[in-house]
Amino acid sequence: MPLVYAGVCSHAPGITGRAHLADPAQRDAVHAAFDQMRIDIEATKPDAIMVMAAEHFANFFMNNMPSFAVGMADFYDGPIEDSDWLKIEKFRAPGNRNLSHRLITEMMNSVDVAYAEEWLFDHGIAVPLSFLTPKWDLPVIPVNINCQGPPLAPLNRAWAFGEAIRRAADSVPERIALVGTGGISHWPATPDSGKINEEWDRDFLDRWCRNDKDALLDYDDLTVYAEAGQGGFEIRTFVAVSAAAKGATGTVRFFEPVPIFAVGCTVADYQLVAP
Amino acid sequence: MSLYYVQKFLFEINRQPSIQEQYRNDRQAALAPFELTDEEVAALTEPNIGKLFHLGVNGQILMHFAAFHQIEWADYLQRMRDGIEAHGPVREGVYAITGYEGTGVNTARLMEKEDN
Repeated sequence: MPLVYAGVCSHAPGITGRAHLADPAQRDAVHAAFDQMRIDIEATKPDAIMVMAAEHFANFFMNNMPSFAVGMADFYDGPIEDSDWLKIEKFRAPGNRNLSHRLITEMMNSVDVAYAEEWLFDHGIAVPLSFLTPKWDLPVIPVNINCQGPPLAPLNRAWAFGEAIRRAADSVPERIALVGTGGISHWPATPDSGKINEEWDRDFLDRWCRNDKDALLDYDDLTVYAEAGQGGFEIRTFVAVSAAAKGATGTVRFFEPVPIFAVGCTVADYQLVAP
Repeated sequence: MSLYYVQKFLFEINRQPSIQEQYRNDRQAALAPFELTDEEVAALTEPNIGKLFHLGVNGQILMHFAAFHQIEWADYLQRMRDGIEAHGPVREGVYAITGYEGTGVNTARLMEKEDN
């Protein structure tokens, strides 16, 4: 079944963990945007949601760091962070080992991907899913792109990974919804936390909506770091979703810089075209 | 300098309740399995959040160690700023690789770009 949904959203831990410190109207607007994303995803009647995040040293460390990894288990626990800190209760999310196995097998025809039969969800996955499947009743296929521990796979490899995800999703009978999480400009967990380069974000989102491959790959990490912080490295997940959208154009459903959440909160999706 | 092992310890303590318990009971003993310098041991046992940031610890690991010590978010950010002020630019790791010199320099660069 062709991919039924392709979108992106923020995953900053402050969205839930520091919600009580935010302006209530701003917080409610962000949370409403996530709720609408859930409604949009549910309308596509997915059998599984593939969440592609930039994991933050919860499962993968520099002793054995995969550039790309996909979960292959029947369940996943989280959040690995303290529940009081993240303001998300401990949960067990369903997976689908068999489906993961088939997806990974197809991906391996064109990209090298690590698989993981254990995966503790951190905020990169837990924050979006706490809105998108709040009852933890939709099977999850977790995906990780290393955006934290250089050397990082270059953007053209993230693009190729997204193409592989699309081929894999299209090859199985299940209906797959794909959500990339992270970005855009931010300096998370550093002294610069709260800084947001809105102009840079809007330019990136313009490239993302046009699904302009050349423009999306026209970044280098040193420039990204200078202008968008180390959190900007997470554009890899957005770029991979662009590739998976296979030429579709997109719409920004919500974008608003929220310094206490340390990111420009984003929800966007592609209008997928039936093959 | 052994930033790798400083971060490895923090990676382990962040995710393993047994190591958290060991650290609560005997900080030196919890650190013993890791190849650390005296400076690093001191920063991890005090703990000195600003020094750890200066040494190059990734904030994605460090923020959870700060939370473990009941350090509030705003205080955590300030301790890192103080660490850069007291000890100088980040020595190693992702922030040093990419030229991190502190909040002020970073802000000035962004403003300079806007002016252009």
